[in-house]
Amino acid sequence: MGFMDKLRNRFKQNAETEEVSEKYKEGMEKTRNSFSSKINDLIARYRKVDEDFFEELEEVLITADVGVNTVMDLIDELKMEVKRRNIKDTKEVKEVISEKLVEIYYGDDSQQIEELNLQEDGLTVLLVVGVNGAGKTTSIGKLANQLKSEGKNVVLAAGDTFRAGAIEQLEVWGERAGVDVIKHTAGSDPAAVIFDAIKAAKAREADVLICDTAGRLQNKVNLMNELEKVKRVIEREVPGAPHEVLLVLDATTGQNALSQAKTFSESTDVSGIVLTKLDGTAKGGIVLAIRHELNIPVKFVGLGEKMEDLRKFDANAFVYGLFADMLEDE
Amino acid sequence: MAFEGLADRLQSTIKKITGKGKVSEQDVKEMTREVRLALLEADVNFKVVKDLIKRIKERAVGQEVMESLTPGQQVIKVVKEELTALMGGEQSKIAVADRPPTVIMMVGLQGAGKTTTTGKLANLLRKKHNRSPLLVACDVYRPAAIKQLKTLGSQLDMPVYSLGTEANPVDIATQALEKAKADHHDYVIIDTAGRLHIDTDLMGELSEIKAQVKPDEIFLVVDSMTGQDAVNVAESFNEQLDITGVILTKLDGDTRGGAALSIKAVTDKPIKFAGMGEKLDQLEPFHPERMASRILGMGDVLSLIEKAQENVDEKQAKELEEKMRTMSFTFDDFLEQMGQVRNMGPLDELINMLPGANKMKGLKNAQLDEKQISQVEAIIQSMTKKERQEPDIINASRKKRIAKGSGTNVSQVNRLLKQFSEMKKMMKQMTNMQKGKKAKGMKFPFM
Repeated sequence: MGFMDKLRNRFKQNAETEEVSEKYKEGMEKTRNSFSSKINDLIARYRKVDEDFFEELEEVLITADVGVNTVMDLIDELKMEVKRRNIKDTKEVKEVISEKLVEIYYGDDSQQIEELNLQEDGLTVLLVVGVNGAGKTTSIGKLANQLKSEGKNVVLAAGDTFRAGAIEQLEVWGERAGVDVIKHTAGSDPAAVIFDAIKAAKAREADVLICDTAGRLQNKVNLMNELEKVKRVIEREVPGAPHEVLLVLDATTGQNALSQAKTFSESTDVSGIVLTKLDGTAKGGIVLAIRHELNIPVKFVGLGEKMEDLRKFDANAFVYGLFADMLEDE
Repeated sequence: MAFEGLADRLQSTIKKITGKGKVSEQDVKEMTREVRLALLEADVNFKVVKDLIKRIKERAVGQEVMESLTPGQQVIKVVKEELTALMGGEQSKIAVADRPPTVIMMVGLQGAGKTTTTGKLANLLRKKHNRSPLLVACDVYRPAAIKQLKTLGSQLDMPVYSLGTEANPVDIATQALEKAKADHHDYVIIDTAGRLHIDTDLMGELSEIKAQVKPDEIFLVVDSMTGQDAVNVAESFNEQLDITGVILTKLDGDTRGGAALSIKAVTDKPIKFAGMGEKLDQLEPFHPERMASRILGMGDVLSLIEKAQENVDEKQAKELEEKMRTMSFTFDDFLEQMGQVRNMGPLDELINMLPGANKMKGLKNAQLDEKQISQVEAIIQSMTKKERQEPDIINASRKKRIAKGSGTNVSQVNRLLKQFSEMKKMMKQMTNMQKGKKAKGMKFPFM
C-alpha cells in the first residue's frame, strides 16, 4: 500500500473526520487547486528526474511560501531518496514528495491534533499575540464562542488598549459569544488590564481567560518589552500560567512569518500558532517552515468569516486538503 | 535569521572571480542563482524573479570588470538598476478632481491596514496639501470598524460620515458624497471593509460603490509582509476595480518587502505611499530606489543619510569637528549630539536602516533602549556647568549628588564618565588619522 493510500484510509475511517476534511477541502479549495495542479503539471512536463526538474520543484514549493531554507533541505532529502530508490520516472517521485512534506508537518511526534492545554481545575490563561492586522481579536471571538459552547465559563481581557476601536471590537465579540469582557479605557496600561482581568476571572470562577493584546511588529523592542511585562503579570498571578501563548499569523504572510515566530517566541515563549485567512488563495506554506525550523505547532486555522470557521488544526486534514486532487487522481 | 543580504550571499562566488578581467557566463550563472535566492527570500514572486534574472543575465555577461567595483558589486549594481527600473520613479501625487470633492476609495484584504491608512492619508492631505477631507465609514461588517474610524477622526479632529452598521455600503458612500458637497469638503476618503479578492459578492459591492461615486483614486492597501500570494491579490483587485495606486503598510517592520516588486510588476500601478509606524503622521512617500536596496538586503542607507541631513545643522557639525580636533569636546556637546541623533527618529528605526543590522543581534536589545538614553541625558543634565566642561573635577561627593539628581546610582554615573573619556580618546585617534589629509565633513563620531 502506497503512502498516499494510507493517508486516504486514515480519513475514511469515520464519519466525523469526513466532515472535518470536507471543511478543509472547501476552505482550502483555492490553495489546493493551485498547489497540487502545479505539482501535477510539473510531473507531466518532465519525464526524467533531473536537475531542471528539481529546480522547478523548488520554485513550486517556494511559491507556496514554504521558505527557502526548508525547501533547500527538502530538495536535498528528495534527491537522496530518489537516488536511493533509483527513481527515474517523475510519476514515482510524486509519492516521495508528498511523503516528505507530510513528514515535515508531523515532525517527530505522531500526534495529529494539538489540543489546547486546558486545565482540569482552576483557571486556564491564554495569551494571544501577533503583528498588526493578523486577526487576533477575531480569532479570540471565535475561540471564546467555541469554548463557551463546550460548556466552559470564559472571560476575555481587552489588552489592546492602543488601536482605535479595539476594545469595542472585542466587546462585540464578547456579546456575540455571551461572555464577559474586562476592559479599561483606551490608552491605559495593558498589564493593568490583564491584572484586573485575572482578579475578575478568579472571582467569577471562570475556566478560561483569553487575553487580547495590541498588534505589534516584532522589531519594536519597546513594544516587545511591554508584552513581556504582560506575561510576567500573568505568571505572577496564576502559577503555571499562561498555559498557552498563541501567535496569530496571517496565512498571506511570506518569509517574515518566520521572523515573527522567532521573535515572539523569544519574548513570550509561543506554544502554538493560529493560522488565519487560509480561505484565500494564500497557501500558508510558511507553516511548514515554522514547524521545520522552530518546531512550533499550529493549533488552529481560520477557514472563513463565520464563528465556527476557526478549526482545530489537523495536520492530516491540512495535508489532505493540499493533496486531495492528487489523491483522487490515482 | 534566514535573511542574508545579497552582498553576503555573493561573497563566495566573488572570491573566485576577483582578479579576472571579465565576468564569464559561468560566473554570472552562479551569481544569478544567488540573486534568485535572495529575491525569493525577500518574497518577490517567482515569476517576477524569473523575468528579472533573464534580463540581468543578458546585461551582466561579458561586461568588463570595472576598476572601481568588484565583480560582485557590479552584479549588485545591475540587479539594483533593474529592480529600480521595474519599480518606476517616485510618484506620490494624489489626484485632484476638476470639480471637488476628489473621491478616494481604500480597498484591500482584511488586516492590511485600510482604516489606519485612511486616517493617515486624511492627516497628510490636511497637513501637506491644506485640504479638508471627509472620512466615510463603509466597513459595516467588522465589529467596531466604524468606531475605529470615528476614534481616528476625533484624534485628528476631522468629521466622519457613517450610517451605522445596518446601512448598505453603497448607500453610505453615495450619501457621503452629497454631504461632502454640501459641507464643502474638497476630499472624500471612503474606508471599505477588508475582503478576500476571491469573494465575488463583496468584490461586486466594491464595483458598485465605484460605479456610484466615480472615485478619482482607488488605493489598494497591501501589507508589506505579504508573501508570494501578493500577485494574486493585486491582480484580482486591479482587474475588477482598475486601481490607481498602491499603499504599502507596516514597512517599519523587518520584512524585506519583496511584495512591492511583485505588485508593481503585475499591476504596473505606482506604489505611492508607505506606512512607516503606528502614529498618524507616519505615512511617507514611497521611494522605489530605497525599496530596491531593502529587498536586496542592502539596508536603507539613503534614507538614513537623508534623515541625517534633515536633522543635523551643518554649522553645528563644523563646530563639533573643530572641538574634536582641539580635544575640547565636552558633556554639553555630547548632549547636543544625542539630541540631534534622537531628532532623527527612534533609534531602532535608524539601526534598521543600516546594512546588515538585522544580523547584529547585540544591537537588537542591549543598546536600543531609549530609556537608557534618557538616563544618560538625565545624568548629564544633573551636572553643573563646570562639571560638564571639566569632567575631571567630578569626585565622589559630586558623583553622589549627580546620581541623586538624575535618579540613577553612582555606578551608572561612573560608567558614563568612563565611556565619555574613552570616547574622547577615540576621537583623538580619529583626528590624528585624518591629519595631513583634508579633513572631510565628519558628521557623527560613531559612523
